Amino acid sequence: MGFFIKEAVRSVQRNSVPSFAATASILVTVLVLGIFIPITQATTGAANEVRDKVLVNVYLKADTKPADRARVAALLREDTKYVGKVEFVSKEAAYREQKKDYPEYYSELLGSNPLPDTFRVTPDSPDNALKLRDALAPATASGERATVDPAIDTVKNRKDDTSNILFITRVVKYAMALLAALLVLASVLLISNTIRLSLFARRREVEVMKLVGATDWFIRWPFVIEGVMLGALGGVFAVLVLTVGKIAFVDPLVADFALLRAPETMQFGVLALLLLGASVAVSAMGSGLSLRRFLKV
Amino acid sequence: MAIVERHARARNRAAALQDRAPTVVDFRGVCKTYPSGGLGLEQATFAIERGEFVFLVGQTGSGKSTIMRLLIKEHEPSSGTISVAGKDLSAIEGKGVALYRRNLGVVFQDFKLLPNRTVYDNVAYALQVTGHKRKEIRAKVPDILRLMGLSLKLHSYPDQLSGGEQQRVAVARAFVNHPPLLLADEPTGNLDPETSIGIMQLLYRINRTGTTVIVATHDNAMVDRMRRRVIEVNQGRIVRDEHGGGYSTQDENTSEFGLLMRGEPSPQPRRLSSPGDFFDDAFKD
Repeated sequence: MGFFIKEAVRSVQRNSVPSFAATASILVTVLVLGIFIPITQATTGAANEVRDKVLVNVYLKADTKPADRARVAALLREDTKYVGKVEFVSKEAAYREQKKDYPEYYSELLGSNPLPDTFRVTPDSPDNALKLRDALAPATASGERATVDPAIDTVKNRKDDTSNILFITRVVKYAMALLAALLVLASVLLISNTIRLSLFARRREVEVMKLVGATDWFIRWPFVIEGVMLGALGGVFAVLVLTVGKIAFVDPLVADFALLRAPETMQFGVLALLLLGASVAVSAMGSGLSLRRFLKV
Repeated sequence: MAIVERHARARNRAAALQDRAPTVVDFRGVCKTYPSGGLGLEQATFAIERGEFVFLVGQTGSGKSTIMRLLIKEHEPSSGTISVAGKDLSAIEGKGVALYRRNLGVVFQDFKLLPNRTVYDNVAYALQVTGHKRKEIRAKVPDILRLMGLSLKLHSYPDQLSGGEQQRVAVARAFVNHPPLLLADEPTGNLDPETSIGIMQLLYRINRTGTTVIVATHDNAMVDRMRRRVIEVNQGRIVRDEHGGGYSTQDENTSEFGLLMRGEPSPQPRRLSSPGDFFDDAFKD
């Protein structure tokens, strides 16, 4: 093992330019990935947050008794599919809420309360919002909607908004996922290409080693160790740059921008470890696998 | 049943005896066609005994290098069998190839040294591959380099050496494991006549220690001077196999050479009537 490590160190020293190129390409791609991954996550998180705001409002008739209320609540909680969370907002609570938001309009109502009692139903998944609405108020043959309980006046979820939100957030999520996949692919290709180039320059060396009677793994180990060293070097530098960037630029801004402290973004330490591991693995496997072609002598 | 068994046992014993016969290299009806369609070797049959010094001669493209490549298992024959020291080469696979190559010394026209290692490390690599201890390597490498007359160049890199010195390093690397068989493919092809003599001397000295040496060459002066066994290959066929032979059978004089230069057809090498028979007779049991 000591022999292989010494061989790897020697080869890094003797081939400093290709080694530098490999390290630099790893550094750049890890840097880009390290910036892009949190952005993807923050965007997806923001999209999910918007999706979670999709609600189905169940408005009760103006003259409902507490018994009717209890019956509807039980119906929603137990007998209906797609229900995630049910929140009851009494007409008084709704009035207070609205008054706080729009005091200028509510001062003119002079104490009368036109708002109905409402159940705010959150679907178990945002995609099921429309199905939940159909379950509570199935469409009749005439095209109108009948409610499942006589105490319910209307079921609304602002259909257009809901489907728009669902569509746009889905597009955003998929686009980000696609971009991230492309970026990862590009990084792997770039790194493996750099490694292949530096190996190609040394293919004659490999050929000679084979002719002298070296086994495949005897030749391969130094290359794999070299890959680990270069990958770790590039990864460590990239993580250092990311840390500096985070402390210098991102942290001061977090207070002002909600997107930056998106809760779904992974911890920085986890991200750093992941990037480091990926760069070492790609670089080591890249050298080991690329070598295979030249070992066929 | 008993008779059949006894017969089989007797036959096995006979076969074993033949294995112990001092044949190092045995080609039997070996053909090699390259994937591109080029013909490498056609029905080559010959045997080389232990301790022989053999010249393989012929024009470029005649099949000399094909024989060498088949012997170092860089290529596989299309048909026929090659055995080295009684072992069939086609049976060697995977890791066995590396182990087999450790028992060969190989010298090439273009030296094939590792460019970013010193002379010492180049020779040491052949020992490191076989898992020698560092102590042994430190003892052996300077020894063999002294033998090759390179004791002052231990820490030079190959590109700081002359062609002759590089080839000496290659010979040292080939011989440091004391292989039973040493192959040299045009070892003097890139060298001037004086230096070539030095390299041939080394090969000859190695041969004197009991190593079988096969040299592919078109250095006619050297072949004519050394008068060793000569196997001539032409267009993939063995056309001549003679002990103490010269580079070519007829010495062309000046007027013949003049004819050749003026574009008259070149004299064809004389062919054995049937190249295979001679050796097949020798191995009949």
